[in-house]
Amino acid sequence: MSLNTLWFIFIAVLYTGFFILEGFDFGVGILLPFLGKNDTQRRTIINTIGPHWDGNEVWLIAAGGATFAAFPNWYATLFSGFYLPLFLVLIGLIVRGVAFEFRSKDENPTWRSLWDWCIFTGSLLAAVLLPIAFSNLVRGVPIDANMQYVGGFFNLLNPFALLAALAVVVLLIFHGAAFLSIKTEGELEQRAKGVVRSLWLLVVLILVIFIVTAFITTDIRLRLSVLPILFPVLGAAAILISGYFLRKEQYGRVFLMTCLTVAFVVLTIFAFLYPRVMVSSLNPLWSLNIENAASSFTTLRLMTIVTLIFLPIVLLYQGWTYWIFRKRVSGDAKKLTY
Amino acid sequence: MNVLLLARLQFAITIIYHFFFVPLTLGLSLMVAIFESIYVATGKETYKRLTKFWGKLFLINFAIGVVTGIVQEFQFGMSWSEYSRFVGDIFGAPLAIEALLAFFLESTFLGIWIFGWDRISKGLHLATIWLVVVGSTISAMWILVANAFMQHPVGYTIEDGRAVLTNFWEVVTNLPIFSHFPHVLSAGLVTASFFMMGVSAYHLIRHNETELFRISIRLASAVGLVATIAVGLSGHTQGQELLVTQPMKLASLEALYNTEDPASLSIITIGNPVTREVLLDWRVPGLLSFMEYNRFTGKVEGILDLEQQYIQQYGPGDYVPPPYILYWSFRAMVGAGLLMILISLVALFIELKNLYAKLGWFIKILPFAVALPYIANTTGWILTEVGRFPWTVYRVLKLPDSVSLALSGGEILISLIGFILVYGLLITATVYLMMKFAKAGPVLTSESPAEFNPSLVAPSEGK
Repeated sequence: MSLNTLWFIFIAVLYTGFFILEGFDFGVGILLPFLGKNDTQRRTIINTIGPHWDGNEVWLIAAGGATFAAFPNWYATLFSGFYLPLFLVLIGLIVRGVAFEFRSKDENPTWRSLWDWCIFTGSLLAAVLLPIAFSNLVRGVPIDANMQYVGGFFNLLNPFALLAALAVVVLLIFHGAAFLSIKTEGELEQRAKGVVRSLWLLVVLILVIFIVTAFITTDIRLRLSVLPILFPVLGAAAILISGYFLRKEQYGRVFLMTCLTVAFVVLTIFAFLYPRVMVSSLNPLWSLNIENAASSFTTLRLMTIVTLIFLPIVLLYQGWTYWIFRKRVSGDAKKLTY
Repeated sequence: MNVLLLARLQFAITIIYHFFFVPLTLGLSLMVAIFESIYVATGKETYKRLTKFWGKLFLINFAIGVVTGIVQEFQFGMSWSEYSRFVGDIFGAPLAIEALLAFFLESTFLGIWIFGWDRISKGLHLATIWLVVVGSTISAMWILVANAFMQHPVGYTIEDGRAVLTNFWEVVTNLPIFSHFPHVLSAGLVTASFFMMGVSAYHLIRHNETELFRISIRLASAVGLVATIAVGLSGHTQGQELLVTQPMKLASLEALYNTEDPASLSIITIGNPVTREVLLDWRVPGLLSFMEYNRFTGKVEGILDLEQQYIQQYGPGDYVPPPYILYWSFRAMVGAGLLMILISLVALFIELKNLYAKLGWFIKILPFAVALPYIANTTGWILTEVGRFPWTVYRVLKLPDSVSLALSGGEILISLIGFILVYGLLITATVYLMMKFAKAGPVLTSESPAEFNPSLVAPSEGK
């Protein structure tokens, strides 16, 4: 396997990690105003992701940095071309991150509700706009012979991308509700389980519609091989199996299945993309791929060594945090940190 | 709409804003780790209260520092995509390594530190804050490695119009890092110690929690004294380096238009930057040579000669960074630095000799002195970055060749206004919370005193 392919895989893994981990805390953020009926409940909800959200977000920063280092042309074309959506993602992540730390530091109800809405809006913005960006990578956007994006902002808001945004938002809300159902107690736990139960069918339907649309409107059907077929099949299996665990009321396993579903959705996108990284809708020859977008061999080799040493260490200590905070968050106001 | 101008303005605003919070994060995390270490070693409750009090202020600051940092990573690709294409092979690696080695460490262990007080053993909990300190230090190092490449590119060749890495070791051991890294780290400690002195003084004036705040001011003034001197020394090294790496920056910050040997140091120079007419010029003969060469002779090239050289070498164009910005930034930075050496020395003296009764007026200055490190940090940053003009990568890539081509003026104007609005609101909230918690003292942050002053304790703050 070439280093270019390896780096394509690393980046796919980083984005997959990001969507699994920050995916559920985006879902939790979106559910916050609806599930938390009073201040203590809202604080409980925020505390379920309190120790984790910041570490989860680093997966995105690492993915961005890795793209910059391994595929500078991909990073440059993507980030400058998708300027406004990414600007809004940044604003979302900024107000959301600050809100977690700030909201409980003042008792004023207006203050708290302001930051609650920041958490909601920030989570929603990121959960909507990132899939718009990713779906456009596969669908193709106007890229000229000089690797420059020549479409405007509204080019990105095509029906396919909007459908992707809808599908991902619903999936992440489902994912977040599954997380809350294993991290809360009592009334909140019941309400979170209620959301999981009522969303399941919708998630299945919308994912089916999305896959069908993808086949009709993109060149996916021309590029079928082992992995691009295996990943969506595994994703579909995971979401269907989650329905089985739902009926048996095993919510821990439901959450495991939503993790897998999210993972396979992201991996599917990367599998269809490969070996391209950004498809040009103007001319297939102008697409960016793992060769013309990449850094030199020297840089890729260096980055490979660093990543192979440190990524496992990161996985170990992040895993450890989930172990430390494995207990459910009680609704006892005295025990809440945020 | 001028995309280049707006992109520069946006970069300047967002990075200065971000760098408002970074030094305090660097310094205060270490102070908090020291307090917690003493707590774990002695078991004294006072040190736990100190840890929690300063820890709370650290967290408010950290939150805003970390979220504004994401903007910086994204911005290279968003507004400076041609720069990113050109240097991605070299510049991207330190950024990616920073995320992998530092951000994960910092964010993950800070999460455990905040939420883990009752979940893990004391020793393990202490280890988490030290890992946060290590994380933010590593992060500073890698970002300075990346920045050093822009100031003084090494370890690369140009292939097909872009920079390609040839020697990573050279990039990591690039000359400027050896002065920039100590400079930034000690600036972080200076910021934290002046912050701590200011808040402590506020309470000492009011005779509130005297024991706690005398411990704080003792640590802060001692660290402050050592760190301000370290900032000065590493800054001096940086000044000597400019002679080799960026003579134009050196000439501009001294408003030295003509080459001199021995070169004089400007006490005050006022002139017209457009006509380059000098209206007032008081200089100390030979002093600039002494600063640069450690002897009273030695040539320092002036702006006009350098300009001619650069035009010959790189073609017609503007190669002079705005001297008035550099000149006054440099003086504000050095002035604030010298003042801070003096202030921390006096504060330490007062604390060790317990002269609060006699010299109480001096203590009243300290809350205002918190502004000094912020002035020095900001002007220092402006000096480094504006002094690079017109280069993005020194002598290799110019600003106009770095900006994104896909970007329209309207798009960047929208984002610029958006950033200004959101950043404005956030700094208001941050300052409000900082003031609230700093003024309330440890009552808002520890559990035990809740009983004697329930009115001050928000229900959210009980642990």
